[in-house]
Amino acid sequence: MSVDSQTVRKIARLARIAVTDDEVPGLVEQLNGILGWVEQLGEVDTKGVEPMASVMPGNMRWREDVVTDGGIQDKVLANAPDAASGFFAVPKVIE
Amino acid sequence: MSALTDLSLADMKAGLDARQFSAVELAQAHLDAMAANRHLNAFIVETPELALAHAKAVDDGKRGGPLAGIPLGIKDLFATDGVQTTAGSKILEGFVPRYESSVSANLLRDGAVFLGKLNMDEFAMGSSNETSAFGRVISPWKAKGSDAELVPGGSSGGSAAAVSARLCAGATGTDTGGSIRQPAAFVGIAGIKPTYGRASRWGTIAFASSLDQAGPMARTVTDCALMLTSMCGFDAKDSTSLDIAVPDYAAGLTGSMKGKRVGIPAEYRLDGMDPEIAALWDQGIAWLKAEGAEIVSVSLPHTKYALPTYYIVAPAEASSNLARYDGVRYGNRVTPAGGNVHDMYAATRAAGFGKEVKRRIMIGTYVLSAGFYDAYYTQAQKVRALIARDFEAAFEKCDVLLTPTAPSPAFAFGAKADPLAMYLNDVFTVPASLAGLPAMSVPAGLSASGLPLGLQIIGRPLDEMGVLDAGLAIERAAGFSARP
Repeated sequence: MSVDSQTVRKIARLARIAVTDDEVPGLVEQLNGILGWVEQLGEVDTKGVEPMASVMPGNMRWREDVVTDGGIQDKVLANAPDAASGFFAVPKVIE
Repeated sequence: MSALTDLSLADMKAGLDARQFSAVELAQAHLDAMAANRHLNAFIVETPELALAHAKAVDDGKRGGPLAGIPLGIKDLFATDGVQTTAGSKILEGFVPRYESSVSANLLRDGAVFLGKLNMDEFAMGSSNETSAFGRVISPWKAKGSDAELVPGGSSGGSAAAVSARLCAGATGTDTGGSIRQPAAFVGIAGIKPTYGRASRWGTIAFASSLDQAGPMARTVTDCALMLTSMCGFDAKDSTSLDIAVPDYAAGLTGSMKGKRVGIPAEYRLDGMDPEIAALWDQGIAWLKAEGAEIVSVSLPHTKYALPTYYIVAPAEASSNLARYDGVRYGNRVTPAGGNVHDMYAATRAAGFGKEVKRRIMIGTYVLSAGFYDAYYTQAQKVRALIARDFEAAFEKCDVLLTPTAPSPAFAFGAKADPLAMYLNDVFTVPASLAGLPAMSVPAGLSASGLPLGLQIIGRPLDEMGVLDAGLAIERAAGFSARP
C-alpha cells in the first residue's frame, strides 16, 4: 500500500494539520518510505496471536465514583489562548 | 577537595549530611556551571531563584528527605508547577502548568533542588535532539582530533548533556523507545528505564502512552538507584501505575553476579555490526563472566520486527495523544483571518508542530484510519505480543540480558537526515520498550575516536534490582573515568 498526494491531503485533514501545496510531494515520499518499511510486518505469521493490550498483566482498578477535584476554574483557564467570562473562547462555530 | 559539581550524587548526599558544604553552596556551584555552559543549550529554562530557595529551605531544616539538597535537572516533558513546560515544542511555548507531575513531585517530596527544565526532542520524538523547537543540544564530548559538534542523543539529550557536563547531579529522563538509554550511552553516563508502570505517567506530557516511562540519568549506577527509588511508586492518578512496593534500590545494590545467568541474544549481533561495538559487547561478557556469572546464549527471534512494530504503535498513540493541542485550552493558537474553528485547529497545529512531529502524527493517523487499522495497528500489536513472548522464553534461561545500547557512538548533526536512518539508531533499545521491561545503559568504554560507548542490561519485569546489580558489576569492571 502506498499513499498518493490525494491521500496525504486526506490524512492531513483528518489530523487537522494544514499543509501547503509545496509540502505535499515531500510528505508523499517520506510517508511512503516509512510505510514501505513497516509493511515487512505483514510477513510475520500471527495466526492465533492475541494483539497485546497491556505490557503488564492485571485488571484495571476501580475507584469510588466520587468527585476528587474541582473548584479550580482559574487554574484550568490560566493557560487558555483566549478565555472570556470563565469559558474557553474560540472563533464562531455556528453562523 | 575536587569541585562540588564533580562529586557523584551519593557523595553530594554524604557531604551534605556531614555538613562539609551547604545545599546553597552546592546549588550555586551548579548554577555557575550552567551559566558557563549555556552554549550546550541543555536547559530551556533555568530556575536559579527557585533552586536557591529550595536549597536554603534544606539548609534551614525546613525541607528534608533522602535527596535533600541534591541539585537535579528536569526534562521539559514533566509538568512543573509555575515553571514553563514545553516538551520541546513551539506549540507549548509559554505554557506554565498549575500542577506538578507525580514523578517530579516525588523528587520534591524527597528534598531535591530543581535547577531548571532540560531541552529535548520535540514531544520526545527523536534520537539526536535536532527536533527541539528551542534549538539543538550540543554534546559536551568531541571526537579525538575533531572540533565537530556532536549530538547528545535523544530524546533526553538535554538531560544527558547536563549530567555529563556536570551541570546537575542527575536528571529525569523519559524513555519511549530508548530515550534514556541511547543518550546516556552517547555521553558516557548511566540511565535506567524501569518496568512499565513503576513510574507514574501523571503530569508527564504523553507521547506513546503504552510505552512512556520516566527514569533517572546520572553519572553512576548508585546515583541512578537513589533517584529511581524516589521517582517510582504507586499513583492512583495513573491507571497503569503498578500498586507494588518499590524497594530501596541503593540499599539493596550489591553488584554481585555470582550464580546469575546472563543471556546474550544472538539476533542482536547484526550483520555489519560496528567492530568496536562488537568488541565492547564481548568485553562486557568477559567482565560479567569474571564476576561469576554464567553466560548463556538465547534467541529473540522477532527482534528484526521490533523497529517497524514500534513505528506503527508509537505514532498511532502519538496521533491520538497530540490531538489535544488544538489551540483552545492551552498552548499557542493561530487563527487565519476570517477562519472558522476548523481553520484555527489546522493552522495552529501546522504552525506549532515541527516536521518530525507532523510526520509521526500523519503516520499514526493513517495506520489508525478506517480500512487500514487491522493491517497496520492490529498486526503490530500482535507482533508486539510475539516480541514480549520472546523475552519471556529467554528469561526462562537467564536472569538478565546483556547487549550494546546503540549501534554506534554519537554522530554529527545532520548525519541522519533521512528519518529511517535515524529510527534505526534505536535498534537495540526498542524491543525492551515494547515488552515493558526494565533496561539500563552503563558507560563501558571509549571508541577509537574517544567517544563513550554503553552496554545495555535488560531485566525481567519488576527486576530493576537485578538490572542495577549487573549495571554496577559492569561499572566496576569498566572503571569508566573519561569525561568530556
